[in-house]
Parts: sequence; C-alpha cells; structure tokens
Amino acid sequence: MIADVIVSNLPAFLVAVPLLAAFLCPLVGRISPNIRAAWVFAAMALTAAIAYCLAYLVYTGGTVIYVFGATAADLSIPLDSGGIPIRIMFTVDPMSALMEIIAVTVGLGVIIYSLSSDERRSGLENYYTIFLLLISAVLGMVSTGDIFNFFVFLEISSLATAGLVAYRVEKGLAVEAGLKYLMVSTIAGIFFLFAIGILYGQYNALNMAIIAERIQWTPLDKIALVLIVASLAAKCGSVPMHFWTPDAYMMAPAAVTAMLVVASQASLYGLFRFVFTVYGVSLNYVTMGWVVIILGILSMVVGVTMAIPQKDIKRLMAYHAVSQTGYMLLGVGVGLAVLGDQFLLNSYGYTAMEGGIFHIMNHALYKGLLFLTAGAIIYRIGTGDLNRMGGLGHKMKFTMVFFIIGALAIAGIPPFNGFASKFLIYESVYQFNPILAVIAMVVSILTLASFVKVFHAVFMGPPREEHAQVREVPLPMLGAMAFLAILVIVSGLFPGIFVTNLIEPAVHALTDQAGYMTIVLGGG
Amino acid sequence: MGLLSSLYTGSGYWNPLAWVLAMAVAAAVVYLIWRRGESSYKKGTMQTTPFISGNAEQGKGLDHIPASNLYWGYTEGIKGYYDRIVPLHTGITTDYLLWIFWVTGILLIVVMVI
Repeated sequence: MIADVIVSNLPAFLVAVPLLAAFLCPLVGRISPNIRAAWVFAAMALTAAIAYCLAYLVYTGGTVIYVFGATAADLSIPLDSGGIPIRIMFTVDPMSALMEIIAVTVGLGVIIYSLSSDERRSGLENYYTIFLLLISAVLGMVSTGDIFNFFVFLEISSLATAGLVAYRVEKGLAVEAGLKYLMVSTIAGIFFLFAIGILYGQYNALNMAIIAERIQWTPLDKIALVLIVASLAAKCGSVPMHFWTPDAYMMAPAAVTAMLVVASQASLYGLFRFVFTVYGVSLNYVTMGWVVIILGILSMVVGVTMAIPQKDIKRLMAYHAVSQTGYMLLGVGVGLAVLGDQFLLNSYGYTAMEGGIFHIMNHALYKGLLFLTAGAIIYRIGTGDLNRMGGLGHKMKFTMVFFIIGALAIAGIPPFNGFASKFLIYESVYQFNPILAVIAMVVSILTLASFVKVFHAVFMGPPREEHAQVREVPLPMLGAMAFLAILVIVSGLFPGIFVTNLIEPAVHALTDQAGYMTIVLGGG
Repeated sequence: MGLLSSLYTGSGYWNPLAWVLAMAVAAAVVYLIWRRGESSYKKGTMQTTPFISGNAEQGKGLDHIPASNLYWGYTEGIKGYYDRIVPLHTGITTDYLLWIFWVTGILLIVVMVI
C-alpha cells in the first residue's frame, strides 16, 4: 500500500525530496557539520534512487504522467475545462528519464566530492541549500510538461547557479562572474517569458501537448520560437552567447562547475523539447535545423580554438564545454533538418540524434570528471594557473589517471565514451554534409592537442620545489572521481547497451510528437 | 551477447571490445620486441644520461616548459584569427547581452524570411 503510494508519486518526490532537504539544510546544519553532511548525502542518494526507479518505470512501462492536484493522470482534463489539461503535469518520457539519470548520477558524484573538497569553507549551510535547489530545479526542468512550470524551474536554476558561482565571495571575480551569469539568465528568462505569453495568448494553454496540438506556425509562433531558441541557447552556452561560460565555470568551486554542466544541459534539453515536441513538423524544420547546426559548428570551432591558448585550467575546460555542446547541437540539428523526411530520418537522422543525445550523457560524465580533477589540483596547489604547475604526476598519481581517462574521452579517443558518441555523429553527419563531419573531426584533434598541453603542463616534468608538500587528495574526492571514471569507461566499452536501452528510446520519444500528444491528452 | 554487441551507425559499426583485443595483441607484440632488447641496462649509469652534444645536463627543475610556451607556433600561425576572436571576449556584461540581442535579431530575420 505504502509502496504503491510512493511509486505512483515518484515524479513529485523527485522534485520534493531535494527541495525539502534544501530548506531544512540550514536547520540540520545547526546540529553539527557531520550531520549536515550526512543529511545532504542522504538527500542526494534518495533523489538518485527515486530518479532511477522512475526511469525504470518509464523505460519498461512507457511515459509516466503525473498530475499535480489530481488523484489520477486522467483527471488532468476536468469535464468543465473544454478538453484542456489545466493542471500542472509532469510528463516523464524516456528523454526526460535519460536527463534525470544524467543529473542525479553526476549530482551524486559531485556531492560526495564536495563534502570533502569544500569542508573547510564557511557558509556551507547556504552552499548545500542552494546546491540541492539546483538539483531540484534541473529535475523539474526535464520532467515538466508545462511551459510556465518549465520557466519557474529555469528561474530557480538560474538563481541557484548564480549563487553557487558567487559562493566564494572572498574572491571578487567570483561575485562578478555570478552577476554576469545572473544578467544573462535574466535576459534569457525575460525572452522565454515573452514566448510563453505569445503562445498562451494564442492557444489559451500552457501545457506542451495542447500547444503542440494547436500550433499553427503563425508569425507570432515564429517570434516565440526565436525567443525560446535564443534564450535556451544562451543558457546552454552556445556561441556567440557563450561569454558567461568561461567566467562562471572558472570562478565556481569545482564541484559546482561539474553541476553547471548538467544545468546547462537541462537548458539544451529544453531547446530540443520545444523544437521537437511543441513545434515539431509544423515549423520550417530545414531552416531551424540549419540554425541549430550553425550554432553547433560555431560553438565547436570557437570553443576549442579559444581553449587552446588559455592559461587557467578551469577556464580552458570551460571553453571545451562550449565546444562539446556544439557536437550535441550538430547531431540533433541534423536530425531536425531532416525531420519531415522519414527516409532521411531513418538513413542517418536518427543516428545523428542518437549521437547528439548520447554525447549529452557522455559529456556530463567526462566533463564532470575533468572538472573534478581540476578541482583536485587546485585543492592541493591553490591555483588554477597552468604556468605554475608541473610535475604533479609524481605526487597525484590517481588524479593523473582520472585526468587521462577524462581527457582521452573528451578528445574522442577509443575506447572511451566520447569516441562512441562522436563516432555516431561523424558517420551520420557525413551523409548529411561531409564538410560538417570534417569540421567535427578537426575539432576533436584540436581538443586532443589542448588536453595534451594541459597534461604536459600539470603532470609532466620533474617535481617542483614549491609543490614539495603536495600529496594526493582525500579519499572521498578520489572516490567521486573514480565513480565518474568507471562510468566513462563502462559506457565507452559497452556503448551498444546504452544506445539501445537508453538513447534510442529517448530519441524516438523526442521525435514522436503525435505519440506525446496522444499520451498526455489521452490522460496517460 | 548484449555486452558484446557493436554500435551500428547505418554506414558502419564500432566494437570497442574488438579494439581492446587488437590493442592487447599489439601490446603483446611490443612486449616481445622489448624483451629482445639490451638486457645489460642499468639505471643510474651513463646508459641513462642524455647525450647533449657533450654538454652537461641542466638541472631538472629548469627543463619543464610552462603552458604559455606550448603551441606558440600554432597560435602564431593563425594570429589573424586570434586577433579577431579574442577581442570579442571583452568580459563586459553589456557586451554579453548585446550578443544575445544580435543573435535574436538575426534569428528573427532568418525564421521570418525563409
């Protein structure tokens, strides 16, 4: 009986657990720091367990509809509502479930790492409160089926992220980076709110499925789409709206930076969700496909070329995050560009999208790992300046091994997971346009070159005198890095399992607009 | 069997385990070649000292090339590109916002016209 209640309310618990844990965190922290740490870890572990259970239900039984304020999914459409699902609902399909898995997996690793790496800092009750709020916001963004509800979670995510970026207030630049992020997020949020107003004004609905059913591709719809794409592309750090990314990623604590990658990907998810599920084939998919592809190519090229000359390890990695986002945009953009042509979609469109979506998962894992290794280095030597590093391979052997795994994965070297998703992108994009595939490969080579530089600068060479006292980081930090490194290796060695069981259903859920509408409007 | 399945792309496939197997064979061949090498190698003798045209070896602390000096040729080779792209990263918040407005405007024209 209790189990049934829990299972039937999993989508609500998914957001409620981290939210409740966040607000109780300052209170629990007053008892003792150790109890606070246990509280935060337990909240994250429970959230992860809920997400995995929910994902299992979705992948085995189909899309889960959860209607807030109703006892059953089919009550989302009250008799007197004119057929409009007026209540807020979570629509957790395989694409949402995949994003939830990614968010909680990285979140779990990051929390374990953070409990050790940040234990010496002050203001931790605020830090963990905001951290859990960010987790809650990301999970809400990827679960909701309501556009205004998406905006609310987007705003929570923006505020939480800005707070975390500016957490190290003793560093003026951190506050400046937080403010920059907040300004960009505010403008993006206003754009998004305008778009919601336009869609609501026309279709008298906020539910994604009902808007998808009624959308006409009017000039107002076009304006709304442009505002949505611009705002979410800015939030995910796509070039030329990426400028906040290096500032924020560089100044945030390493654990936060790893989580920022996931928060950015939630915006990317939103972009894909709106384009495919809300607009679908009603939009000019060839034009929009090329818009997404061009944003992707710009992100890849500008991101990697700006990364190479960087002198700060986290700033360099931030530019690589921009570059890797380009691969996701490229893969999904190609799928969008052929959305209305079933033959081309079957020939290479689905594969390109699988590559793009698989890269979201892989990127969250290896980039999370790389940011944690950068944090480990900074934790020990107190600087992110590559010119002041060298010879750390003698003292930090495990960190070095984890860095190598992450670096090879991001550079697309087999058999790590980055290669598997890039391989799908290369081969499918080549069939769409060979030049795009060549650019993608060149960017991978430059990525490898960049990480060879970092590896040389940080780990190689004789031990430096000023690093005589440096030793390996504490066990929880190593454990968190090992956790992500193992996932990078496993998803690289057995990509078929991940693509078949997680990615393919997600891609088909994303492209099946009619199926989405049927499930939601049919009341689950 | 699922564990051993390949990743199909529609025009090819990728099997990481086959790749790992190939690497293992290559490593075994490398090891066998290495085994046939000089067996009288002794660490810490003249055999391990680098020959720098008869000059003495520098102190090891001076040998590490810092990050800023790496890829100098690459950045110098495409200096024209960097001269244009780096100044765009002004660090000024209003510039960041201006770029969002520019992109929105261009997207609006593209979506409305095409």
